[in-house]
Amino acid sequence: MEQFLQQIASGLANGAIYACVALALVMIYVSTDHINFAQGEMAMFSTYISWQLMSWGMSFWVAFVLTVLISFAMGVLIERLILRPLHNAPVLSIIVVFIGLLAIFNSMAGAFWSYLIKEFPSPFPKAEFGIAGVIGPHQLGVVLITLIVLGLLFVFFRYTPLGLAMRAAAQNPQSARLVGVRVDWMLALGWGLAASVGAVAGIMVAHIVYLEPNMMGGILLYAFASALVGGISNPAGAVAGGFIVGILENMVAYGGNQLEKATGIYIIGNGEKLTVALIIVIFVLTVKPAGLFGRVVVKRV
Amino acid sequence: MAASSKKWVLGAIVLAVLVPLLQPVFPDVVSNYRLFLISTMIIASIAVLGLNLLTGFNGQFSLGHGAFYAVGAYTAAILMDKLNVPYWATIPAAAIVCFIVGYLFGLPALKLEGHYLALATFALALAVPQILKYKWLEGLTGGVQGIVLMKPEVPFGLPLSEDQWLYYFCLVVMIVLFWGAANMLNSRSGRAMMAIRDQYMAADTMGIDTALYKTVTFGISAAYTGIAGALSASAIAFVAPDSFGIFLSIKFLIGLVVGGMGSLLGSVLGGIFYVLVDNSAQSLTQFIRNDLGLPFDLSAYTVFGVLLIAIIYLMPMGIAGGLFMAYRKLRGARA
Repeated sequence: MEQFLQQIASGLANGAIYACVALALVMIYVSTDHINFAQGEMAMFSTYISWQLMSWGMSFWVAFVLTVLISFAMGVLIERLILRPLHNAPVLSIIVVFIGLLAIFNSMAGAFWSYLIKEFPSPFPKAEFGIAGVIGPHQLGVVLITLIVLGLLFVFFRYTPLGLAMRAAAQNPQSARLVGVRVDWMLALGWGLAASVGAVAGIMVAHIVYLEPNMMGGILLYAFASALVGGISNPAGAVAGGFIVGILENMVAYGGNQLEKATGIYIIGNGEKLTVALIIVIFVLTVKPAGLFGRVVVKRV
Repeated sequence: MAASSKKWVLGAIVLAVLVPLLQPVFPDVVSNYRLFLISTMIIASIAVLGLNLLTGFNGQFSLGHGAFYAVGAYTAAILMDKLNVPYWATIPAAAIVCFIVGYLFGLPALKLEGHYLALATFALALAVPQILKYKWLEGLTGGVQGIVLMKPEVPFGLPLSEDQWLYYFCLVVMIVLFWGAANMLNSRSGRAMMAIRDQYMAADTMGIDTALYKTVTFGISAAYTGIAGALSASAIAFVAPDSFGIFLSIKFLIGLVVGGMGSLLGSVLGGIFYVLVDNSAQSLTQFIRNDLGLPFDLSAYTVFGVLLIAIIYLMPMGIAGGLFMAYRKLRGARA
């Protein structure tokens, strides 16, 4: 039973990370209809920035805040400089540009900081955090930080004029423009926010998976699965999807483990995590593309 | 195909056949290593052609063609390793296996378009190395270690080196495959494929069985890329799961975009291009480190990424398209 609870707790911690990256994906998808394949690598790059700041002697939280701000600027710049001119380009070109960004961020991180695996510190004190035997200090901290970030975002989008303007720009660009919302800048801000949320996810997960240029590959795949399960057009759904997929992932591995113990037959375990995500992605896409909470897209022919 | 371009193609083939024979004359220029490099370029062009058939000619996007390359390579490697099948017989076997796998993947892909298809194939590309390491397959695939093979031997006592023979073998496979693709595209089926790409709804209304064409194209495309994978298994004489990750699929995408979507010549240029960049990145890094003194490890993927974005801006039709446009402009200026 204790092991079962442990699995749920670690599923929640992973889910929190997936929720952040999925939310970043959805923020860009809702406003531009693009799926940002470079989201994971951007988060990885931000994590390296925070590592660099810390190695220059900053404390964890100062580096954390600075990194989030730098990532924000990075996201805004990418939107303004690279994606803005391609506003009316075909889907294919956009995807190619995202893959280009992915390759650039990945190889630049390797070039600046080498491909060697680095340890990344956890900011959470061992003594005061965690419930012994069930959830570790870092896991609990990750869930808390994620919930704070999600709460802040919710307040921002729900109660501030800028948040309202951003939602308007995403939902109905033409009308928003008519009432004086600068839609182009709202999209750039959305990119900035997405990059910041991704950076938070990267910094939180780096302690668990260690810092290296390919660390976000699997996480991005799980974030895709989360966004799809929750409905890629629904931010709250993406967050819920993140936690669902996080727990599901651990349950599948746990179940496979128990099965192996009981019958001696290995079917599924930790080594098949990405395969599980692939199956979730393809299953949701073909069977229920709107996800659990998403809007069903009706296409006019 | 116009008569003039037929002449060009024949000329290129004759040249390609003659190159290795020049080895005794210019042993430094036509080295065994260079021939091997050209063989990998040939393999790359076949893989890019496979992706081009799907994306360039049929309008279905794939970021996961590395998966079919892996299936082809592993089919060939397992046949050679476990059943002692000769290397040349693994090519049709890989084609058949990959056609089936591609066709099956094409079925769910029917429901997806644009970003969603890209997403599904991207997920496939990310998961491939892990699938290859699956415990139940370990007996066949050799797990993390992969499979070590023998290089193809020169048959009939021909007076050729191993690399020369490999070059000719790859060249023949490439010519057959490109000839087949050109004929297919120039037929009723090829026109149906392109009609689906250009005007899906109209093609459907005109009575083209769009579902059949899309899935079969997926299968053929996977078969082409799988043949390239099988050839590479013979050429490198080694397969291992981690060489079939997402970046392999990105290389094919580079070849496709740089060469030119929807162009046979573009597939050749694209394949040559990505192998060249991949190979020169190392010397470029050394140049930056030693001669410029910068502590910066330039990887081929920085070049790839920058080029991908630059080409979308500057030459949306790729090099082949860009050359064609420049040629037309020049002729137009003269007339």
